[in-house]
Amino acid sequence: MSKPVKKFDDDPNTTGHTWDGIEEFDNPMPRWWLWSLYATIVWGVIYTILYPAWPMVNSATAGILGWSTRGDVAAEIAAVEEANAPMNAKLEAAELTAIATDPELGSYAVSSGSAVFKTWCAQCHGSGAAGAKGYPNLLDDAWLWGGSVEDIHMTISHGIRNEDSDDARYSEMPAFGRDELLEKEEIDQVVNFVMSLSGEAQDASKVAAGAVVFEDNCSSCHMEDGTGDRSQGAPDLSDAIWLYGGDYASLSETVNNARYGVMPAWNTRLTEAQIRAVSAYVHQLGGGE
Amino acid sequence: MAILDKHKILETNATLLLVCSFLVVTIGGLVQIAPLFWLENTIEKVEGMRPYTPLELAGRDVYIREGCYTCHSQMIRPMRDEVERYGHYSLAAESMYDRPHQWGSKRTGPDLARVGGRYSDEWHVDHLRNPQAVVPESIMPKYGFLENARIDGKYIGDLMAANAMLGTPYTDDMLASAQADFKVQADPDGDYDGLLERYGDSVSVRNFDGQPGVSEADALIAYLQMLGTLVDFSTFTPDANR
Repeated sequence: MSKPVKKFDDDPNTTGHTWDGIEEFDNPMPRWWLWSLYATIVWGVIYTILYPAWPMVNSATAGILGWSTRGDVAAEIAAVEEANAPMNAKLEAAELTAIATDPELGSYAVSSGSAVFKTWCAQCHGSGAAGAKGYPNLLDDAWLWGGSVEDIHMTISHGIRNEDSDDARYSEMPAFGRDELLEKEEIDQVVNFVMSLSGEAQDASKVAAGAVVFEDNCSSCHMEDGTGDRSQGAPDLSDAIWLYGGDYASLSETVNNARYGVMPAWNTRLTEAQIRAVSAYVHQLGGGE
Repeated sequence: MAILDKHKILETNATLLLVCSFLVVTIGGLVQIAPLFWLENTIEKVEGMRPYTPLELAGRDVYIREGCYTCHSQMIRPMRDEVERYGHYSLAAESMYDRPHQWGSKRTGPDLARVGGRYSDEWHVDHLRNPQAVVPESIMPKYGFLENARIDGKYIGDLMAANAMLGTPYTDDMLASAQADFKVQADPDGDYDGLLERYGDSVSVRNFDGQPGVSEADALIAYLQMLGTLVDFSTFTPDANR
């Protein structure tokens, strides 16, 4: 290190570093900056005492506040559950049909049910509950398994054709074409008959023959007049509302290979209060019976 | 300040400076990384984790190949809004057989850490084919081609062996029957007792894409339907101090 060289008397001291004859003044750091630095050091020490920080032999220091992310989220969820507990208890105790008639309980059920619906149901039934091809519209009057609040509650709790619940709603339409239960010609006829039920354009010459095929093969579930049977989840074929499409190609596909829509059982994922809330929500969307 | 006065020696010797810098970075790295390997709270033991079945592993490969992780995370953070939407927050142990893990860092689509069992197989087929058909607001691309891409699992044994080398506990029995297990998981009419015996009863054997044979859609849906379902949270008590 070379000796500090002062060119003028009022120059500050230099650091003593010299590079190619260029020297560096040793100006002090601004006071505010220096104190900020010291404050952060002090804060850093305090913080590591209060919160989890230093790795030790088997675990890290826990901090004297005992804070943890898991504890934090558990406390936050517990606080919300506690706040909702009285209403949820009331919801679970109430008769399903009585929920809508109690203004306070009804509006609680509908708004919490709406949140449940948007989280768990919207992916299939749509965020507005209008459904999509293969996923029923919940706004209309057509119900596969019943539209009373009890029926809706049952369907949501146990689902349809799933492996999760033994009480899942179950029915299995035969695959008339694939399993060779009907001839191609008969399928053609019965599809035309089914289309005639709801007044869709059809080949009128085949309707009479189709009616016979329908009577023999379909009427035990879909009823003789084609209005369906909710206890078997057999849809009404006369209402011009189609889950998989009511055109000739879609109906042929349905009769040939059958359709097996699946809905998960929600009683393994949602609480009873949540299921009741979303049942009440779906029931009041427009089609509830 | 004697040692600080020697600073000039470092500053005037490039090699010495390089060696000492490397030393400092090494110490910094060790302090940050090494404790993770012995601290008990970073290696939580949980019940239920098992190595992925051959078909699930193939599905995971499709997931990685298609870059699903660029839009979907697999990491439910311990926050109330996440837990209420996606389910129990993710545990480190749930990614123990992921090499590399699929935590991701961006959610253009939803988190998938617990998507298993949440939708039906048919929904996944419809959704992969045309996401907008079931979720009109979605901007996800269409993956219908996966249904038509047949796969035979010819190299799945090699992939499992590579994973085994890295520490995934695939037994010799699992490696030997890799291709058979691969095919039978998508064939509910086949003899899948061996598969269940090797991997446990939690394995779903279904024709995931609803079409004969094994396609990439079968593999991907098998993988998705397994995600987040292995640990039984009804028997899991979280240690709060983690």
